[in-house]
Amino acid sequence: MTALTGIRVLELSNERISLAGKLMADMGADLILIEPPGGDPARQYPPFLDDEPGEDRSLYWWHYHTSKRGIVLNLDDATDRESFRQLIRTADVLIESEPRARLKDLGIDYAQLAVLKPDLIHVSMTPFGRNDPKSDLPVTDLTIMAGGGPPWSCGYDDHTLPPVRGSGNQGYHIGCHFAVMSALTAILHRGISGDGQFVDLSMHAAANVTTEAASYSWLVAEQTVQRQTGRHASVEPSMESQILCADGRHANTGVPPRFPHEFKKLHDWLTELGLLDELPEAIFLEMGANWEGPFDLARIGEDDTLTAIFMAGRQALLLIASRLSAYDFFFGCQSAGLSVGVINSPEEAFEDPHFKARGFQVEVAHEDLGRSFRYPGAPYRFEKTPWRISRRAPKLGEHNDEVLNFLDQ
Amino acid sequence: MASALSAFRICDFTGQLAGAGATKWLASFGAEVIRIEDPVREGRWDILRGTPPFVDDQRGVDFGGGFGNHNTDKLGITLNLRTAKARELLTEIIKLSDVVTENFAKGVLERWGFGYEQLKQIKPDIIYVSNCGFGHVGPYSNFRTWGPIVQAMSGLTFTSTLPDQEPAGWGYSYMDHTGGYYMVMAILMAMIHRQRTGEGQWVDLATTESALSLSGPALLDWTVNGRPTRQARQPSSNRNQWPAMAPHGIYPCQGDDEWVAIACRDQTDWQAFINLVNEVWCKQAAFESLDARIGNQDALDQHVGVWTSARNKFEVANELNAAGVPASAVQKPQERVDQDPSTSGFGLWSTVHHTKMGKVRVDGQPVHFSKTDWEISRAAPCLGEHTEQVLTNLLGLSADAVQQLREEGVL
Repeated sequence: MTALTGIRVLELSNERISLAGKLMADMGADLILIEPPGGDPARQYPPFLDDEPGEDRSLYWWHYHTSKRGIVLNLDDATDRESFRQLIRTADVLIESEPRARLKDLGIDYAQLAVLKPDLIHVSMTPFGRNDPKSDLPVTDLTIMAGGGPPWSCGYDDHTLPPVRGSGNQGYHIGCHFAVMSALTAILHRGISGDGQFVDLSMHAAANVTTEAASYSWLVAEQTVQRQTGRHASVEPSMESQILCADGRHANTGVPPRFPHEFKKLHDWLTELGLLDELPEAIFLEMGANWEGPFDLARIGEDDTLTAIFMAGRQALLLIASRLSAYDFFFGCQSAGLSVGVINSPEEAFEDPHFKARGFQVEVAHEDLGRSFRYPGAPYRFEKTPWRISRRAPKLGEHNDEVLNFLDQ
Repeated sequence: MASALSAFRICDFTGQLAGAGATKWLASFGAEVIRIEDPVREGRWDILRGTPPFVDDQRGVDFGGGFGNHNTDKLGITLNLRTAKARELLTEIIKLSDVVTENFAKGVLERWGFGYEQLKQIKPDIIYVSNCGFGHVGPYSNFRTWGPIVQAMSGLTFTSTLPDQEPAGWGYSYMDHTGGYYMVMAILMAMIHRQRTGEGQWVDLATTESALSLSGPALLDWTVNGRPTRQARQPSSNRNQWPAMAPHGIYPCQGDDEWVAIACRDQTDWQAFINLVNEVWCKQAAFESLDARIGNQDALDQHVGVWTSARNKFEVANELNAAGVPASAVQKPQERVDQDPSTSGFGLWSTVHHTKMGKVRVDGQPVHFSKTDWEISRAAPCLGEHTEQVLTNLLGLSADAVQQLREEGVL
């Protein structure tokens, strides 16, 4: 039994919405992916298995379409459209990111589908919402992010360098998270009331409310945050938090030491590494370890002793980092109770012992290739209804017969 | 309008954005979310209670702007869980709740006597969702995190960067937002399962894992092809896209720190782009095909940047959009919030009346439901604002009894 067993979701294939389908399919929904003849263009997106293009070789496709069955329907064709209507009668949820007018032009928008299936939940994700003409303009992940706010906060202290948009289709992902949250909320409501409904999701709005203090500093105080290297964009500049370690990788030091026990542990660690003599400021660590009363960060810069202690903490971390690998630095800091992170590449994180021990790496069989591959695993661990990839991504039209023949019976 | 989740009650220990952002979604769809806070430390396990931004010169645990943003429509009560009476009251609240939510470090609830095993004894079908950076199981489960550490550990900081620079990272806690989204999904799926089977469960959410799952294609390129993302001049995140595009980047515009994003998806976009730009370099063989443009992307971006820097960012975006090319100004907060019809027209920003701060604007939700839409109508609770209301209405205590408990230091 999985959380969404027996819930049928239809997905009109589109790169923007594909993560939403995967999230529900990996939790057990009966996800039917509907592609146009010739297939979704995303089948041709790199990277490819062995770097050889092919409609069943895209690793991009493999990732976003796990646990789904795939069929081909030409929605411009009346016969296929009738099959789609038949499918809708069997469905609980429809997710799509089609151009605003397309489903209406085809006579299969929510008003018509709700006649066929009154309790249908239809989630429509468009760039700017269903009532905004801007939704008809062309967008990509980059432009959605730029307009929606995240890049304004991301980049470097040097503002001659451009703002940065994080890679990996995070703008699409933000929209998809809200698509799933919406579908699940509507499913719960339907479980009580029996009612289906239509959900109008704006990707632009979703990015706008995924910017943390950038939005609410303006909403609350009409202040504008400014981007800073490797740390929170801020109204007032803050201290550097990224450290280059001995192996050329970086670590993020998070909140600097500010409690007596933290200064003590730092002092002990330096001693253990034989580095105490190399830190002229070591005496201030001892003062920090013996500090009584509140350690008020707001007084740094005003109170000379406090400032010296605080800076000594930072100097100690820099010295240690210059002698250790980023991983050893991270592990040592965390063992001393300091919230520090190593800046992993995705593959370094994937191979990290913690994630391995939690079972994040999962094997997915590609029986057609006679091989299996390691995939990224569960984003959450359910005790009773575990996340699971139930099948590899579908080939083009792979499940036409089993899905559509069933309709004929 | 009817509420989607009004049948559900959440006993909520969450704080910061990673947890409180999650239960804000539930509250805005009508769930009764009861925030449990510590009167002795004035609720400061949620540090945002007393941190900026502030309205005017007001300071203190009831004035934090981030707290106000993340806790709309929730009830706030105080319980001093060091006392046996407070633990009894909490037990009664849990009996009447569907879900217990928290984003403490591992072990905090157990120490108070409200770990999952105890929760199940109190209410056998309880749903318990814990949210922490490394989760409650595994070698790092006792390590401490906050948003930037989660992003660093999981690859997201590394993949947000310009070439030949140290990682830029996210400039905010993207994973506090997104960890909250995964927490919402976990809560809702567990509730759907319970609605259909009667069975509760525990969900161990490690937001580093949620974060790692957001780099899927790059991870498969590693496991299948052995190709790492750590390479010379890579990542280059304003350029990186599947499929590859060029130009694809963020370019300087007229004015101080003004930028525009441009993406030419294919030859049609490129043709439309050069028709508009219409300069000599546009016709160079070095930029004719996509492969050529990708091979000469530094030179291409140089030309594009010179062209954009003499122009207004909104005008560039509008002209390119009219020609069918994806483009957008990099919007500043004020531009998104106050001057963008696509956010105000969507009804994205809500105004609430806070008991002490007065009128405050907050983030709304980026969706509209045709039958049970969200509503943000009540401001975040001041410390203990609803203690009496909850204890009298929900638990049936008298006002005198509540007063007595206050005097005993229970509330």
